[in-house]
Amino acid sequence: MGRAPQDTPAGLGTYLLLAVTILFSVFPLYWMFVIATSDDEALAMIPPAVVPGDRFLVNLEEVFSLQDVFFAAGLINSLVVSTVVTASVLFFCSLAGFAFAKLRFKGSGWLMLFVVLTLTVPNQLGIVALYIVMGKLGWNGTLLAVVAPGLVTAFGVFYMRQFIVNSVPDELVESARVDGATTMRIYRSMVLPAIRPALAVLGLLTFVATWNDFQWPLITLSGTDFPTSMVAISDLASGNYVIYRRVLAGAFVATIPLLVMLFVGGRQIVRGIMEGAVKS
Amino acid sequence: MPDTRRLTWRDRLYRFDMRYLPYLMIAPFFLLFAVFGLFPLLFNGVVALRNYELDDPTLPYWAGLDNFTRLAGDEDFWNALYNTFGIFLLSSVPQLLLALVLASLLNRRLRAQTWWRVGVLLPYVTPIVASTMVFSVFFSRDFGLANWLLGPFGGGDAPIDWRADKLHSWIAVATMVNWKWIGYNALLYLAAMQSIPRDVYEAAAIDGAGPWKQLWRITVPMIQPVVVFTVVLSTIGGLQLFTEPMLFDLNAQAATGGPNGEWQTIAQLIYKVGWKDLNLGYAAAMSWALFLIILVIAGINTWLTSRLSGGRT
Repeated sequence: MGRAPQDTPAGLGTYLLLAVTILFSVFPLYWMFVIATSDDEALAMIPPAVVPGDRFLVNLEEVFSLQDVFFAAGLINSLVVSTVVTASVLFFCSLAGFAFAKLRFKGSGWLMLFVVLTLTVPNQLGIVALYIVMGKLGWNGTLLAVVAPGLVTAFGVFYMRQFIVNSVPDELVESARVDGATTMRIYRSMVLPAIRPALAVLGLLTFVATWNDFQWPLITLSGTDFPTSMVAISDLASGNYVIYRRVLAGAFVATIPLLVMLFVGGRQIVRGIMEGAVKS
Repeated sequence: MPDTRRLTWRDRLYRFDMRYLPYLMIAPFFLLFAVFGLFPLLFNGVVALRNYELDDPTLPYWAGLDNFTRLAGDEDFWNALYNTFGIFLLSSVPQLLLALVLASLLNRRLRAQTWWRVGVLLPYVTPIVASTMVFSVFFSRDFGLANWLLGPFGGGDAPIDWRADKLHSWIAVATMVNWKWIGYNALLYLAAMQSIPRDVYEAAAIDGAGPWKQLWRITVPMIQPVVVFTVVLSTIGGLQLFTEPMLFDLNAQAATGGPNGEWQTIAQLIYKVGWKDLNLGYAAAMSWALFLIILVIAGINTWLTSRLSGGRT
């Protein structure tokens, strides 16, 4: 009776409600697959089709062979962009996080506060000027325009700092210094091994966010032969007559890598989101 | 004396290492933010005062406040603002309430705990572009699953045309937003719930408060900072809503948000004005107006939320 919720064994009702929630979460994905494997008629039926068909490969082949959508290029580009951004975020954010957590330098408190404040600035609102800046640099229409703004993030710096503060003991850093280790040496041989779990979390979150980004890639890459996969899907869905079995076949393929990541790194992603929440 | 020379070189290295290297380590963030974050945001203000039409470079350089006065009388802008707020309310309110309920379910002692948590994150990792396309089919008028499911309950004679009027299209778009973010918010709430001291609940249970009362009287007030955080987060996100309204349109490239702008949001209108009508100056004015609106709303929201949940901040 007098127990806190987290100590009360869940009843049947709880499991039932959770199961319904999961069902709602899965259903759109399942239905994406249904349409991706169906023919045109399946979409024009009452009641609507709810069982997968057998035309997935046919639909997929159509998507990849379209002349003006560049879906294959889109997948490759998304992979390149997300990988580069993730690697860069991990490197620069862990460096900056280490500096803020363990090194002493003038103004570090104020500078960290500034980093946190930038979290509240919606970058998207400078999007027109960003386009002009990229134009001056000659980067519009290239992957550079998509990659560059994401190379290091305020969230990443903040997240790394929090983690390093707790996971790398000050005494360890001090004694390494006494032994004559340089800062970079300490970073390489002490900090990096200690923050592996945080790197995994930040890496997963960054990869997912970059892969799924749509508005800015649409603005800077649409109309080129080298879109990201998200822009390619929106190209599939434009025109007067949209063929949904194609669109969703493409969408499904572009979702698979993220489903794999959730399956493999689900525990880390959950922990990352929950830890980020408590600390902010 | 080779020894001292080597020492000074090492000294210098040491001094660099201790004094300057930290700045070098944090520099990438500040440089990148300056160039691709802060500068564009401020420069947007300058562009907003200019004529910047990609298809007509002959216009005079400065426009003064023309873009802003035009904004005040622009029906499209006010319509988009109205839509944005409508969709925002229909999405953020149920989203956060349902997230709270879901979090309190996840907060019980569960078997296979991790898998339930991972499960509710499925929508979070799904690309909005992909899920919007599914919902787009789901909400189609003639053969959509939504209408088929509603069939037994609705009037039955005429199927709902989800793209024909404001309310229905708003509901459809808000559904997509809710689907995406309920699980994510639930995890934020769950994290905060787990740090509530257990004896508070024991005391409440002795006083005879049931689970429902405990949720509203104890849990919610005690996780209030996170509630405020999610409200601010969903406000900023909601007012910038772009992908869902864009791709819900059967003719997505037009960026009109329905034949008569039924569900065109501000972010979408900015895209249309800037990159379809090629009037970047006017688009910049709109995004600056939106920036100010977000600031005001975020302020009001924070104040309101802290008032409603007990006035403790």
